[in-house]
Amino acid sequence: MELLGLYHYWVFAVLLMIGFYAVIAKPNLFKKLIGLSIFQSAVFLLYITMDKVEGGTAPILQDGVSDVLYSNPLPQVLILTAIVVGIATAALGLGIVVRIKEEYGSIEEDEIQEIDRQ
Amino acid sequence: MTGWSHHLPALQVIVPMLVAPLVTLLRPRGLAWAAATMASLLAFAIAIALTLGVLDGQKFSYLMGAWPAPYGIELGVDAFSALTLLIVTGASTLALLAGRHSVDTEIEPDRQPLFYAAWLLVLAGLVGIPVSADAFNIFVFMEISSLASYVLIAGGPNRRALPAVFKYLIMGTIGATFYLIGVGLIYLMTGTLNLADMELRIHEVADLKPILVAAAFITIGLALKAAMFPLHAWLPNAYTYAPNAVTVFLAACATKVALYLLLRFDFFVFQPNLVGHDVQFAYFLMPLAVLAILIGSGVALFERNLKRLLAYSSIAQIGYILLGASLVSLAGLTASVLHMFNHALAKGALFLAVAALATRCSGIRLENISGAARSMPWTMGAFVVAGLSLIGVPGTAGFVSKWYLISAALGEGLLGGVLVAVIVISSLMAVVYVWRVVEAAYFGEAPAGFASTREAPPALLAVTWAAALANVYFGLATSLPVTLSTSAAEQLLRHLP
Repeated sequence: MELLGLYHYWVFAVLLMIGFYAVIAKPNLFKKLIGLSIFQSAVFLLYITMDKVEGGTAPILQDGVSDVLYSNPLPQVLILTAIVVGIATAALGLGIVVRIKEEYGSIEEDEIQEIDRQ
Repeated sequence: MTGWSHHLPALQVIVPMLVAPLVTLLRPRGLAWAAATMASLLAFAIAIALTLGVLDGQKFSYLMGAWPAPYGIELGVDAFSALTLLIVTGASTLALLAGRHSVDTEIEPDRQPLFYAAWLLVLAGLVGIPVSADAFNIFVFMEISSLASYVLIAGGPNRRALPAVFKYLIMGTIGATFYLIGVGLIYLMTGTLNLADMELRIHEVADLKPILVAAAFITIGLALKAAMFPLHAWLPNAYTYAPNAVTVFLAACATKVALYLLLRFDFFVFQPNLVGHDVQFAYFLMPLAVLAILIGSGVALFERNLKRLLAYSSIAQIGYILLGASLVSLAGLTASVLHMFNHALAKGALFLAVAALATRCSGIRLENISGAARSMPWTMGAFVVAGLSLIGVPGTAGFVSKWYLISAALGEGLLGGVLVAVIVISSLMAVVYVWRVVEAAYFGEAPAGFASTREAPPALLAVTWAAALANVYFGLATSLPVTLSTSAAEQLLRHLP
């Protein structure tokens, strides 16, 4: 039962490996980038799940209300930054793929290596 | 303590970061170059001021937005970070001062302001890592510098820069994400991101398994960024096809900053908390360092492309730095930190000489530079001086750190003897690969139809010689880098018996 109770870590690990597999195994550069994005998203989920406090609510201070259990807001703030980094990486990576397509006429890794070898 | 000097750690990052967007607006391209160079010079001056302060025994700690330390982001500078800052800002300044002509030939004029802006962002990110004392803040700086450096490398004139940079982007992002996972696991267990606070709070953690996993993720992630063998696959092509000025900048300092962070995490944060971590760390690192030294130098022996030859030599030099760290002794770490500084000097000067050759020769393969010493004696002279430093000839900076490394290895008994043999063999290989370049340039016949009679542009030549002479200067007057590295090594080891 404990294994299922920690399901959010399973989601993290499985997503991480799906992304990692795509990065390593797919010869298509575009698919590699999508894999990289999945890989990063898994880490976002790791951060977001850790901020939940059981029974906790949104961390908003109110006058006259005390004894409230709050969830931790910090990981969400951190991961907002990491999401921006992830978007920038994906955008830059896709930009490079477009340039590679223009220069080589292909976005398959093996074909590009073949062209470079000539 | 005068009022403003405690702001220096913040200014170190803010100056290049704020000038970067301004540079994009400066359309006449000379202006963009001048503004970027001024910002880089200012950052260099700040790094020198910080180093002098550290040598005075001053402690720099800056609370961003005046939030108290474990809650807000803290910036701090000690001897180790001061040395890293000197390497980064020095390399950037030299490369910019030298690089104007080289950039003009490789980047279209209307893209140059953007190029210099990306350059300053790399600088801001790279100085941000040593300055910051907050694990997540460091991740953000790491990504700022990495993303901007992908842009710089992709600006190379050869289309092969594109697949090279794509590979670097994939591997660099995986490295940074591994680091992020490690930081996340530590945060999960300790609830803090401040490095000093983290170190204390791990003591209170009962179950250390997640911390062990975090240590593994952070070490591997940063090893990827630092191009530690066998995770170096991105480095040779990225350095080879980047614009020449960018290669000077990145080869001298990008991997050093990742190494700085690797040592800081493994020694400051994990060492005092994980039982036997020093032994695990050494057993993990030492074989990889030895392989890096032998294979890096071995591949460099057979390379005909000058930049790729030096890139493989860099992989071997990173091996030296890791070898010193894997001894986990004061002497070893001193050698390691010292070699970061000295290798940056030698490799910076060598790549500057290559940039100078590239301005006049038809290419930078050995057959292209054949006979080049006759028309470019000064450039090749600087190459030889810096090459001697790379080999480790007495009287140059490279000798000092190799000497420290060998004496550290000798303190290890029989194993040390083997390590000394590895260092000597690799140095002999360095003699061979530097000699192949010298042989081609001095004794080779100039290729047919190639009639260059000119020296490299004066600014480029002057900076190349300044860097080459710095190798000699720091080979004779060793007190500054040695003092800084010794005190950095003492700090790194303060938790070991």
